[in-house]
Amino acid sequence: MSSEPTEVHHEDHGEGMTRKKIVQVFGVLLGITVVEFIIALLLVPKGIIPSHIANPVYIVLTLAKAFYIVAYFMHLKFEKIGLALAIIVPILFIIGLILVLTNESHYWIDLRL
Amino acid sequence: MSTQVSQIDEVKSTPWSGGKSPFNVEYGKMMMWFFLLSDAFTFSSLLISYGALRFSSSSWPAPDKVFQSVPGLLDSGAPLVFVGLMTFILILSSVTMVLAVEAGHRMAKKEVVWWMIATIIGGFTFLGCQALEWSHLHHEGFWWGHIPDAEELKHLFTGGNEATYGTYAQQFANLFFTITGFHGFHVFSGVMINIIITINVLLGTYEKRGSYLMIEKVGLYWHFVDLVWVFVFTFFYLV
Repeated sequence: MSSEPTEVHHEDHGEGMTRKKIVQVFGVLLGITVVEFIIALLLVPKGIIPSHIANPVYIVLTLAKAFYIVAYFMHLKFEKIGLALAIIVPILFIIGLILVLTNESHYWIDLRL
Repeated sequence: MSTQVSQIDEVKSTPWSGGKSPFNVEYGKMMMWFFLLSDAFTFSSLLISYGALRFSSSSWPAPDKVFQSVPGLLDSGAPLVFVGLMTFILILSSVTMVLAVEAGHRMAKKEVVWWMIATIIGGFTFLGCQALEWSHLHHEGFWWGHIPDAEELKHLFTGGNEATYGTYAQQFANLFFTITGFHGFHVFSGVMINIIITINVLLGTYEKRGSYLMIEKVGLYWHFVDLVWVFVFTFFYLV
């Protein structure tokens, strides 16, 4: 692996993660996970939230966690918008596959046991 | 000679006119991002096929019935506690990784080493927990191509046609071991890469190079592993 000392100064965006920010993001991730547990272990078994409402809530909370990991821990929020788009836009294909297959699995359920 | 900039030179000063990285990142880091994108597609296809199979099933093993043991402590009655611990450990090791990156920005070699060691310990702890989780399920009778007997299965489902339990339990087992196995393989390679990089830090490789950029690159991989676990956790254990 060749060294590229000339590239080093590019990395100083001046908006790096400070320790305070790191601890904050950790708190958010932990908080969301705790909320998920409360829903899964308390609210759903006691019938306060039906599972067909809890499931989309889990997915939204998971996407929120994903946002915090990618934006802050992986630093994508502080990169050039071009790089961020190059990573995020292809994810739309994944969303497309999810939509197609969830729709399709409605039909499979009649074909299966 | 005139100091005036000609028009053609002005055009060349834009980010996309060549001669410099328009994304303002080093080559290796950009390639790590694109590798992770491709890996995201691989994991997505696995998780989406899991979702499609589960969504088209009339019944499915209930997560809080299948995963209710804490290996070495409780055999049952503690749904999701152990996997909660695993999730916590992995998020924590992600935090120590960012702290290593942050220390790298300050060129603080000693701190980088300690945070990297903390990350490696977190990785190994997660792998150990996963090994316990796997062996517990294996003892219950789940494995690729194997499921517990029909009497046992009745305790793991919460409704649906009993005649279909075998089929769906088998699909659950195959998907569970394949997807968590593939993720565990990523964690394992991540730990190995972290160890190699830590040795390089100790040898002073990055100090000589003048930047701890390599820590950021392995950090990206490590956070990605954490990111995938967030999804595996939701779709196998919560939904």
